[in-house]
Amino acid sequence: METPLTKNIRPEGEPPDLKAYEKCGGYQATRKALRMSPAEIMEVVKQSTLRGRGGAGFPTGMKWSFVPMGEAAPHPKYLVCNADEMEPGTFKDRLLLEGDPHQLIEGMIIAARAIEADIAYIFLRGEYVLSAKRLEEAIQEAYANHYLGKNIAGSGCSLDMYVHTSAGRYMCGEETGLLNALEGKRANPRAKPPFPQVSGLWGKPTIVQNVETLCNLPHIIANGAEWFKGLSRTKNGGTKLYGASGKVKRPGLWELPMGATIREILEEYAGGMRDGLKFRGVLPGGASTDFLIGDHLDVAMDFDEVQKVGSRLGTGTMIILDDRTCPVGMCANLEHFFAQESCGWCTPCWSGLRYAARVLKAMEEGNGQPGDIEKLEYQTWFCAPGHTFCALAPGAVEPLQSALKYFRADFERHIQEKRCPWR
Amino acid sequence: MLSAEEQAEIQTEMAHYPDKKSVCIDAMKIVQSHRGWVSDENLRDIAEYLGMSADELDGVATFYNLIFRKPVGRHVVMVCDSVSCWIMGYNRVCEQLTSLLGIQLGETTADKRFTLLPIVCLGACDDAPVMMIDEDLHRDLDPQKLDSVLDQYK
Repeated sequence: METPLTKNIRPEGEPPDLKAYEKCGGYQATRKALRMSPAEIMEVVKQSTLRGRGGAGFPTGMKWSFVPMGEAAPHPKYLVCNADEMEPGTFKDRLLLEGDPHQLIEGMIIAARAIEADIAYIFLRGEYVLSAKRLEEAIQEAYANHYLGKNIAGSGCSLDMYVHTSAGRYMCGEETGLLNALEGKRANPRAKPPFPQVSGLWGKPTIVQNVETLCNLPHIIANGAEWFKGLSRTKNGGTKLYGASGKVKRPGLWELPMGATIREILEEYAGGMRDGLKFRGVLPGGASTDFLIGDHLDVAMDFDEVQKVGSRLGTGTMIILDDRTCPVGMCANLEHFFAQESCGWCTPCWSGLRYAARVLKAMEEGNGQPGDIEKLEYQTWFCAPGHTFCALAPGAVEPLQSALKYFRADFERHIQEKRCPWR
Repeated sequence: MLSAEEQAEIQTEMAHYPDKKSVCIDAMKIVQSHRGWVSDENLRDIAEYLGMSADELDGVATFYNLIFRKPVGRHVVMVCDSVSCWIMGYNRVCEQLTSLLGIQLGETTADKRFTLLPIVCLGACDDAPVMMIDEDLHRDLDPQKLDSVLDQYK
């Protein structure tokens, strides 16, 4: 089983420096990409079927294709790596950032070449202190060895790269909120259109991509689209970093073929549930994905298959609910998070999420009232796609709407018994 | 007054952006790294340095939870209250921390040694529950051993 993304990563060890990275074949893809035209790079990546690993799953090649190209295109163009990993339950980008920073830099050089970007930013969450240190060191090495700066590896192409460490807030992970944060503003979302590909940072064409997505690029360029598709068990190419947290025997993170099943990840890699506990449900891809239950254990974890059963692959890091953890309490925790992180820009989000969080908290504390379930259901409708400015609120109510479906009896018990049965 | 060192650090960051205002979040973080927090006076100085009004800058500052607009203790304890840590025992960790420190979330100890704050998911969910103290991540927290962790910070 090939594990291109994590092959150089030694847990707890130092990341490879530039020389060590080159020794493992690093920066060969950069040299190759610099000999290719942007259109050729774009074509390979389109053929590879690479889709965004940040949660939305947008096809990378298609995202690039909206960027104005050629001599008439506005400059500078920007490439932004979204390294603002803040989706609760998600811990995959940290591994790539800390474990192999040159892989990300190389992926960014290739992406920048594909869209003819002049300046690249890594938008890094402020708490990722070790990532910041290692990225800064790697970027300095890359400059010193002419992989960044003017006339990269004698190609005539240039790229500057900077790390921006953020000052917090989940909204910064939202594409247009991130752009505002990078411009030194509050991270409210922007209206689309214009899309960032046309008018992003400071009004210039901009591409925003997740860490894991970018890290795939060197391998696609080096080995080709067919190889990349062959890594996967499904129609979505590549490998995927899958994780599991919660009360499993061995919580962790594994690079597996795209399309590994929930059961395989849960039982084979995470070692199954801790002794004495039973599996009740799973958020397959972070906090803002719908619960799946025991009926779904054999679902392949890829973009299409998870969607077919009513949830999303999201970030691919699963949060497991066991039978001794209260599903209502879990929803109360989740909606508290989303309500707190709402930027307040649109009404369903700031009002609806706060209301839902308050109802859930009351229910947990034994103050649930008849009609509360219906109130919660209304809020999931109120915050649904099409009613809000960005994707925060629709994502926020995904775990709640599915919990109301799968764990309804638990919500009812809270109201009837006027207490949380798990306390 | 911003110190020469602060100004030099802000200038370095400023070179990464096309205009002065865009560096304002970095600038506040730089000042905070030297002074612990961003006072009204610091805020005015930064704003003036970047050609902004203090109110405009405060409008940015108040959005971001890692910009401290109130004094904090010598060490800031940020305990993760997001879902994986909640499942793995956040409540017991938080109860133990508030009891050991004698303060609630959002407060600072009388000796100004610690400020206790909740933080969202720290991206180390396979080692939950976790917290950060200053720049250090502490994983797999055991409520019984928190006092020895706190002891490392004087």
